[in-house]
Amino acid sequence: MIKYVAKRLVISLATVWAIATICFFLIRLLPGNPFIVANPLDITNADKMMEYYGLNDPVWMQYVRFMNSLLHLDFGYSLAHAGRSVNEVIALYFPVTAQLAIQAMLFGIPTGTLLGILSAYKRGGTIDISTQLLTIMTTAIPAYVLAAMLQLLLSVKLGWFPASGWETQKYTILPTICLSLGMISGHCRGMRTLMLEVGQQDYLKTAKAKGLSEARIIFFHQIRNALLPMVTNLGLEIAGLLMGSFVIEKIFSVPGLGKYFVNSINELDYTMAMGLVVFQAVVVVAANFIVDILYVLIDPRVKLD
Amino acid sequence: MEHNNCLLDIKDLAVSFMTANGEVKAVRGIDFSLSKGETLAIVGESGCGKSVTVQTIMRLNQEPPAVIKNGSIRYTNPEKNIDVDITGLNNKQMQKYRGKEFSMIFQDAMTSLNPTSRVGRQICEAILKHTTLNYKEAKNLAVELLGKVGLPNPEAVFARYPHTMSGGQRQRVMIALALSCNPTVLFADEPTTALDVTIQSQILDLMNKLKKDREMGIIFITHNLGVVARMADRVAVMYAGQIIESGTLEEVFYQPKHPYTWGLLGSVPELKKKENSRLLSIPGTPPDLFAPPKGCSFAARCPHCMKACMQYEPERYQISDGHYAKCWLLDEECGKEVVPPVGRDLSVFKTKRKEI
Repeated sequence: MIKYVAKRLVISLATVWAIATICFFLIRLLPGNPFIVANPLDITNADKMMEYYGLNDPVWMQYVRFMNSLLHLDFGYSLAHAGRSVNEVIALYFPVTAQLAIQAMLFGIPTGTLLGILSAYKRGGTIDISTQLLTIMTTAIPAYVLAAMLQLLLSVKLGWFPASGWETQKYTILPTICLSLGMISGHCRGMRTLMLEVGQQDYLKTAKAKGLSEARIIFFHQIRNALLPMVTNLGLEIAGLLMGSFVIEKIFSVPGLGKYFVNSINELDYTMAMGLVVFQAVVVVAANFIVDILYVLIDPRVKLD
Repeated sequence: MEHNNCLLDIKDLAVSFMTANGEVKAVRGIDFSLSKGETLAIVGESGCGKSVTVQTIMRLNQEPPAVIKNGSIRYTNPEKNIDVDITGLNNKQMQKYRGKEFSMIFQDAMTSLNPTSRVGRQICEAILKHTTLNYKEAKNLAVELLGKVGLPNPEAVFARYPHTMSGGQRQRVMIALALSCNPTVLFADEPTTALDVTIQSQILDLMNKLKKDREMGIIFITHNLGVVARMADRVAVMYAGQIIESGTLEEVFYQPKHPYTWGLLGSVPELKKKENSRLLSIPGTPPDLFAPPKGCSFAARCPHCMKACMQYEPERYQISDGHYAKCWLLDEECGKEVVPPVGRDLSVFKTKRKEI
């Protein structure tokens, strides 16, 4: 087990390094000068700034410097927002994104899984048909339309929740619902398919032939085997959510990290973009690392080597 | 066969599957019975309704789409004071019989065990369900059973996962599982088809030995006539959802009366045959059970087909006590003389059987 974890850890670190390197060079290939983008009229000053931030040095030198600061877990200062370090931005806004993501997951995953199980159990029944409708709707309707519809219905018409902002717990409900709808339909669909697939397996017939009750067959034999593949997806899903849905954050005025991500590219804010990319890479890789280890614990067929 | 030993008595059983495309008449009125300590082999080609028949007795088919259209399945066990008609039971009532009175060994041992659960635990599950033993006693019993089915080091096997075992080992686990609650009737649905011949032979020996020890009734489904010769006391030949011939092993193998049985027996390769002789096969395919033919279901493929065969379904003719066949050739008024081919040489299988 320790050997397995150590091996996964080395692979994870290598992945982060590769992502950081590739992105570092890609972003330098973008045309333009960050200081001219910020202030097009002040060309002389822009050159001075480039010099000050060491951006006129050869790229390999910048790369070495970048890697060095990365080893010290320091992402440097933002180019667009003077005096603001990237670490500070992450520390300030990531918790908001994380809270939203965790809430959406805690609500979305169990709900979706449960609905999937129910629709597979009563295939063709009311629940099955309504969840299929929900799935098609959430897939077909873009998130911003859905968000606007929820705002109109639940806050403007009914007045249950505030339409936007991020103050009390009440403010978090609408964005959470909006973010989790996609997850509910995804998990519902996935779980339904897997339940039906496992339902065809010979070992369920064996379980039935043993005289087990229907509940025992479903809970112990069917759901357990159907859940396994769902765990695989979890890693990527967690990562995607944790980095925030820019659209949702924008519509509900949630002060999350998503905005900085998009802006950093537009502003050619090298340090900010790199910092966030590496941070996201770490989150994705860490989530997958945890899922990999989890998988070994729950599926005996996955070998430890 | 004395009546008081009769475990299962199936009368005029008909099972259909209601699919989106219509009704598939999988089993169309079959009669047979099984006595204590007897092995009945059901033979026939794929899709003839063998598996549906045994799965109906255990009520393992999904209902719906499966529907028991007609007939009765009477299960009697005087020792336990049981006398019920299986067709009248609901799923909940059936749970008491599955695993306890009836057990089943499936065709594909590779996929018949839950991959995420230890094999010992899967056996214990059945024991705990049907007996009053606690987990520790159940575990001891499971280990004992695993040893009995010939798995070395049963204690270690108990804690293993199915994927770490070979097909033969898994089938032994399945047999241990099937025997865990001392069933009166054991259904074996092609239990050796997925195994290689040496393992096949070992598994068959094991089943014969366990049958002798426990006096179970066994219903054995197979396409392999060699296996039939080795296992069966009586044979029922199924075709297109009907039993077209049934009788003792000797009767069906030496004095077969139905052209389909002739064809089946003729299509088995023989060791002592002339060099250039061809292996026979039955031309054509079985009828579509969406719309079974009006007359005899074998008529279209039968080399001896007569006018009546296409129009009317043949009756069940009794040849001797316990030997029946459904064929117009057996009718007194038929008049057509057909020389049946000579039956099979069973001596090879017989000697093997005595050794056990």
